[in-house]
Amino acid sequence: MSEPMPLFEVFVRSKRGLDHRHVGSLHAEDAQQALEYARDAYTRRGEGVSIWVVRSSDIVASQESDNASFYDPQDDKPYRHATFYRVPDDVNM
Amino acid sequence: MNVADDASNEARFDARVAAEERVEPKDWMPDAYRRNVIRQMSQHAHSEVIGMQPEGNWISRAPTLRRKAILLAKVQDEAGHGLYLYSATETLGVTREELVDALHAGRAKYASIFNYPSLTWADVGAIGWLVDGAAIVNQISLQRTSYGPYARAMVRICKEESFHMRQGFEIMLALARGSAAQRAMAQDALNRWWWPTLMMFGPHDAESAHSAQSMQWKLKRQSNDELRQKFVDQTVPQAEYLGLAIPDRQLKWNAATQHYDFGEIDWAEFKRVIAGDGPCNAERLAHHAHAHEDGEWVRGALRAYRAKHARPAVQAEVNG
Repeated sequence: MSEPMPLFEVFVRSKRGLDHRHVGSLHAEDAQQALEYARDAYTRRGEGVSIWVVRSSDIVASQESDNASFYDPQDDKPYRHATFYRVPDDVNM
Repeated sequence: MNVADDASNEARFDARVAAEERVEPKDWMPDAYRRNVIRQMSQHAHSEVIGMQPEGNWISRAPTLRRKAILLAKVQDEAGHGLYLYSATETLGVTREELVDALHAGRAKYASIFNYPSLTWADVGAIGWLVDGAAIVNQISLQRTSYGPYARAMVRICKEESFHMRQGFEIMLALARGSAAQRAMAQDALNRWWWPTLMMFGPHDAESAHSAQSMQWKLKRQSNDELRQKFVDQTVPQAEYLGLAIPDRQLKWNAATQHYDFGEIDWAEFKRVIAGDGPCNAERLAHHAHAHEDGEWVRGALRAYRAKHARPAVQAEVNG
């Protein structure tokens, strides 16, 4: 069996001014090929004006199982939200 | 690239901006536009970071644990906003080191408001209410700026910023409803911060060096005077609610224009502070430079850690 092709993650900017968003992944031999496959596979209906491809192995991701220790503490800081502050009704703010 | 290419690129760029489309990092753009975006965004980033100093001054002396936790969270937000803006600036090919060097060498500016001292706890309230209030007026407008990464950073910042102004107003309200001494302290803070806050919007439109070009490029969406008027109109009723007097005898509702008329800014003071001769200019810059140098051991440790963990992999490759 030949060596499997590397996996790439595909991000598409649907419109100028918006962020690139993750749309899926595909296999390709190199980045240029991944870009062309991504164009063919993910933007057949004019979904995008710009594509990013990144080798999946280059993405470092946090694990949801670590969330408790990774994100802690958050719930004890409600004052980071504007709704925490009572502004009287007759003050326009 | 020849002259004809440049001309057609410029025509395409102008058409894009005219059509309200955003300019993205890899697009062709005129050099002057690139320079102007770098100048404006890095100035904005520096302001977020230098702006941590007047409030940071009060973290250890906040009157209650609640106020301390809030102030800490706010100052932490400002650091984050600096990061978003530096990163967005770096999409234009300039490095963080160049930006920080320009600040330390005095080639880059930051908002002149942060060259005023925070003398009392009421100043923390006044900064949140007035300075963040003014920043929000400006930043809401910049959510539609023509440079894509800048506009997106503004959307994120505005969302986070909403608590900053409200916590400031809450402090002012507590003081305004407090003892006579607390009311006097709130009034004193308003007296000292009002005019410098109005200066934040910059010179009159006719005298602003970059305004006309920035408006044409849609980097700026509303003029300095328009934004300043908007701020005055929204803030006067808030001051009235607090029972505090805005230190401007010419301030008056104008029924014909449906706006407040207000007095003239002391432009000599504005120019003096911009030029470096404000009450705290030297202190703010020295503190930033010192903190930056002081942090060098942290960056060094990170580099050493990376080098240590990179080594075995390199060896494996060599051996394999």
